[in-house]
Amino acid sequence: MPRIRKPVVPGWFDQDAADFRLLGTRCRDCGSVFFPREDTFCRNPGCAGGELDEVPLSRRGTVWSYTDGRYRPPAPYVSDPDVEWRPYTLVAVELAAERMVVLGQAAPGVGVADLAVGAEVELVPGVLDEDAEHIWTTWWWRPVAGASGREAAA
Amino acid sequence: MTGEVAVLGAGMHPWGKWGRSFVEYGTKAARDALADAGLEWGAVQSVVGADTVRGGYPGYVAGATFARALGWQGARVTSVYAACASGAQAINTARAQILAGMAEVVLVVGADAAPKGFFAPAGGERPDDPDWLRFRVLGATNPEYFGLYARRRMALYGDTVEDFAQVKVKNSAAGAANPYARYRKRVTAEEVAASPVVADPLRLLDICATSDGAAALVLSSMDFARRHGAADPVRIRAVSTATPHYPRTVLDLPDIATDSAAAVPEPATGFRASIARGAYEEAGIGPEDLSLAEVYDLSTALELEWYEDLGLCGAGEATKLLRDGATALGGRLPVNASGGLSSFGEAVPAQAVAQVCELTWQLRGHAGERQVPGARVGLTANQGLFGHGSAVVAVR
Repeated sequence: MPRIRKPVVPGWFDQDAADFRLLGTRCRDCGSVFFPREDTFCRNPGCAGGELDEVPLSRRGTVWSYTDGRYRPPAPYVSDPDVEWRPYTLVAVELAAERMVVLGQAAPGVGVADLAVGAEVELVPGVLDEDAEHIWTTWWWRPVAGASGREAAA
Repeated sequence: MTGEVAVLGAGMHPWGKWGRSFVEYGTKAARDALADAGLEWGAVQSVVGADTVRGGYPGYVAGATFARALGWQGARVTSVYAACASGAQAINTARAQILAGMAEVVLVVGADAAPKGFFAPAGGERPDDPDWLRFRVLGATNPEYFGLYARRRMALYGDTVEDFAQVKVKNSAAGAANPYARYRKRVTAEEVAASPVVADPLRLLDICATSDGAAALVLSSMDFARRHGAADPVRIRAVSTATPHYPRTVLDLPDIATDSAAAVPEPATGFRASIARGAYEEAGIGPEDLSLAEVYDLSTALELEWYEDLGLCGAGEATKLLRDGATALGGRLPVNASGGLSSFGEAVPAQAVAQVCELTWQLRGHAGERQVPGARVGLTANQGLFGHGSAVVAVR
């Protein structure tokens, strides 16, 4: 039986969209943007708004900072304890239009040496983990080819 | 300005990995604090416990747990939780009760028994919990957030991993002189550099461990202190338990994203700086008045952030303060004279109470080899997950 592809968190992105984006919400009253999405109340203390529309976030941003996880994280992160831990890279990305920072794992193969604060990165669809019935999908950040940054300089 | 309360007693259980219950640690610390105050447990009118999420139900009702362990005697009870800031909330609750005239003598206790390895979220499938989500979706442990902050400092200010190592060298030297610290060995920069990377650019010795430990304080009204014969006690002059202002634009545990500053401009003062500012304003002092500070060095790089957030120096100038030796024992303004989390490891609900224990001993002039000469004013600072500020000003 084929496994079902499913977003690791429902409503945070459309895994099948041609133009893959994170999905936030925007308050109809004050224009504040939220990710993870707020669907019931606006969190701007100066706004009484309660109607928020889904809005795709910028596909590109710049690196605010980055690090990696050299040791296996605890559950609920899924990893096979019988397989040697392979560190992944974590990137915090500043989105200019939304004026916010969004975390994500870097695409596999992107290490800390491939990143620099201020370098341009883009969002791509990824796979977090798989089990018997599901392929859990996620988002990844990866350096933009030809953008400024150490990778481009190399 | 708010009124002052007296610190009559301070007590701790040594930090470590002892493999016993947090109740035992907390009870020992409480008994020590009572003995230090020269008071019987029966004289305590209210007990405030800082909760732990790692001890099952007794941990969620820590105040009652400690009251029962000390022997039910009818005292008013409160249990509070604010993650790493729980201890400051407990102190502030006790202070508020004293200043409101609800109680004259209040016992504050925080204790924890920590598991081995990374802190992990509560179990189950809980996609509404940001703390669960950051592990499920990103595998983002606490040290990874510390790594992000450290890398950001390197890019913004030119801090180096060698600077970070010097924080460990400094704090381990202070911790070596603290009988309550878990790590009591001086560490060299070479040892930091030889320890394994946990979350680039931070190494194992840059990151604080998780520990068992307990700390307790006996607080009283100034009137009671005088009647009790404490003519010149250490006094708590301010407690800041601030929350952030929207939009919060610095990424913080356990969040996956910051607030957006697109519709509302970010506040002029960041969250950590606002915690300190609240304490300074309430106490009617400024950074220039401090004799010492105890800050939450979850990582070496984070200690440097606090120098700036406390106003000890300008943005990006923390490494200069460190390199000049200003924040070491014997320096102009020692930071983490106790040895800090670097030497203790974090025992979450006990830590902010322990910071005030250190101030108490320093201000009394009883800190032994760690003594900051002529200490008159001390500040503690810390930050709890989910937007909990914590800072205490103590004076003598």
